[in-house]
Amino acid sequence: MNRRLTPKQRLSQGVISILAIAIGLFFVLPLLWYVFAPFNPTPSLGVELPATWSLANFVKVMSNSVAMRGLPNSLLISGSVMVLAAGFSTLAAYGLSRGNLPGRNMITYVLILFSSVVTGTASMVPIFVLIYNLGMYDTYQGIILTMAGGALPTSIFILSDFVDGIPRSYEEAALVSGARPYQVFRDIVVPTLRPGILVTGILAFVGAWGSFLLPLILLRNPNYQPASITIYQFYGQEGNPNIPAVAAYAVLYTLPVLLLYLLINWRYGFRFYGGIKQ
Amino acid sequence: MAVLNLQNVSKSFGTVRAVQAVDLAVKDSEFISLLGPSGCGKTTTLRMVAGLEISDNGTIIIGDKDVTSLPPGDRDIAMVFQDYALYPHMNVMDNVGYPLKVRGVQRSELQKRVREVAARLQIETLLERRPGQLSGGQQQRVALARAVVYPAKITLYDEPLSNLDAQLRNEARIFLKHLQQEVGATSLYVTHDQAEAMALSDRIVVMNQGKVMQIGTPMEIYRTPTNTFVASFIGNPPMNLLKCKVDAAAGVFRFGDAATMPFGSIRGANILNDKREITLGIRPEHITLHTEAGDGWLPARLYMVQKLGSETLTVFHAQDQLVTVRLYTDEPPPLPENIWLELQPKHIFLYDENGNLIS
Repeated sequence: MNRRLTPKQRLSQGVISILAIAIGLFFVLPLLWYVFAPFNPTPSLGVELPATWSLANFVKVMSNSVAMRGLPNSLLISGSVMVLAAGFSTLAAYGLSRGNLPGRNMITYVLILFSSVVTGTASMVPIFVLIYNLGMYDTYQGIILTMAGGALPTSIFILSDFVDGIPRSYEEAALVSGARPYQVFRDIVVPTLRPGILVTGILAFVGAWGSFLLPLILLRNPNYQPASITIYQFYGQEGNPNIPAVAAYAVLYTLPVLLLYLLINWRYGFRFYGGIKQ
Repeated sequence: MAVLNLQNVSKSFGTVRAVQAVDLAVKDSEFISLLGPSGCGKTTTLRMVAGLEISDNGTIIIGDKDVTSLPPGDRDIAMVFQDYALYPHMNVMDNVGYPLKVRGVQRSELQKRVREVAARLQIETLLERRPGQLSGGQQQRVALARAVVYPAKITLYDEPLSNLDAQLRNEARIFLKHLQQEVGATSLYVTHDQAEAMALSDRIVVMNQGKVMQIGTPMEIYRTPTNTFVASFIGNPPMNLLKCKVDAAAGVFRFGDAATMPFGSIRGANILNDKREITLGIRPEHITLHTEAGDGWLPARLYMVQKLGSETLTVFHAQDQLVTVRLYTDEPPPLPENIWLELQPKHIFLYDENGNLIS
């Protein structure tokens, strides 16, 4: 910087920097714990460098079959939710955007409102009764359909914006060229929407992966429960955590999401807005 | 033989009557332009031919097939869009080959045919690129290639040159005309640029407010506009349109209080009734300037001089009306303030109260 600062400006810059560092540290501390604790045979709740680095915590966690079974369950449930939410919201967003439906914005806003504000805890009882009466209590289908349904409004909302950003002339050019509507959708619409579909898919996946309350209520059989529930294998009767095991399991639990983010970002890059980058 | 026939075709959007009872027959290998100001219904007409809009009534026939209610893909048409509509996720090869792909053409045959077309349009070096890596002029050629890669009964153009800058547009116009002569495809071309329409077309359809105002060859439309809209729309600058009153007894037109001009040999003047308010049309190049008064010449005052390089446009005030005169010189002689305008009788057109040509 070429500009010379007055002492007063220097002072205020210094204060802002110190504040920023303090805030940063506050948020970084749990992450440091997450990095160090799993490799520490005797971790506490404080952040400390392990005296000796070891994988003993992981070995112990992996011997718990119920807990380990939770990871593939989580993958199955979250993966299905991702596919269903991304697939159906693509179709719905396309229909909403192109269909000249009167009151279209109203519909999406009401859906968003109901899904994000009204659902959650308030709708737990009706959801339980519904799923129970449908005979899907304690099944993969029950939890997958419930979570996919919950993810749809936000996904549709985001994707509608992406669809609005695609010029209609792309589809018209394909139609004139002789493409059937399904070919237009498959060859033109889906590829140009791909960034949006990825974003909504990831959001749905992460939402399902971290969800605790819904699987707790809808799944009883430990063989079906996802990792967000089975992590409680490492809590005692009174709720005291087995800190070494929880720390190691936390790493196993987070890795798939982390890898998914990295993969998508490396392969396609993230975009949260519509429009076509040519 | 007509390749395209529009019979009494109309379309409304809500209360707006976009296209009203259009009749048009396009012959084989003919290049026809739909010309008019924005909102005149030319693009809607084109989109109805393409099947992207469905007409409210009327019949559209392509070849010998009534396509009025057929989807776009069943109409044997090709189309070039204003924004080119190149698929951003496909390279040029796949973009140009897409119409072949949806027709089930084998990949090797597809590549062969795309290469042939690409060579003709001079884009063979661009086949691996994505649309985003192309200049505007290159994108335009790719869009053209996609339209000619498969045999269509008629090619539709929706203002394909309007996104190019002036110099490129000129090049593209020459290129398009050349391609048209080489391929001989029947074409329907929408534009608001009269120079483009004049340069490219065999015939021009001038439209305004959803209606056809005149159909004719470029020179017919330029030389004999059949109504004041066409007269004021075609030509740059457009035709001078002067209000005047008929004095049949004296056999003169009266401009304002003082100036008069004899009927002489002006077409249609002999059938005029007394006291009618009519419009007299004359092109800027058909007026001669005089520095002294003469019989039947209109007195005028110099208002403005525009030097345009090869020619000079001079504008005069004559009886509270503006008259433009074109001088084919880059250096006009100094003009005095008071001038007399001699309108050449054989180039004068008379239009009635509704703006239609009196003949």
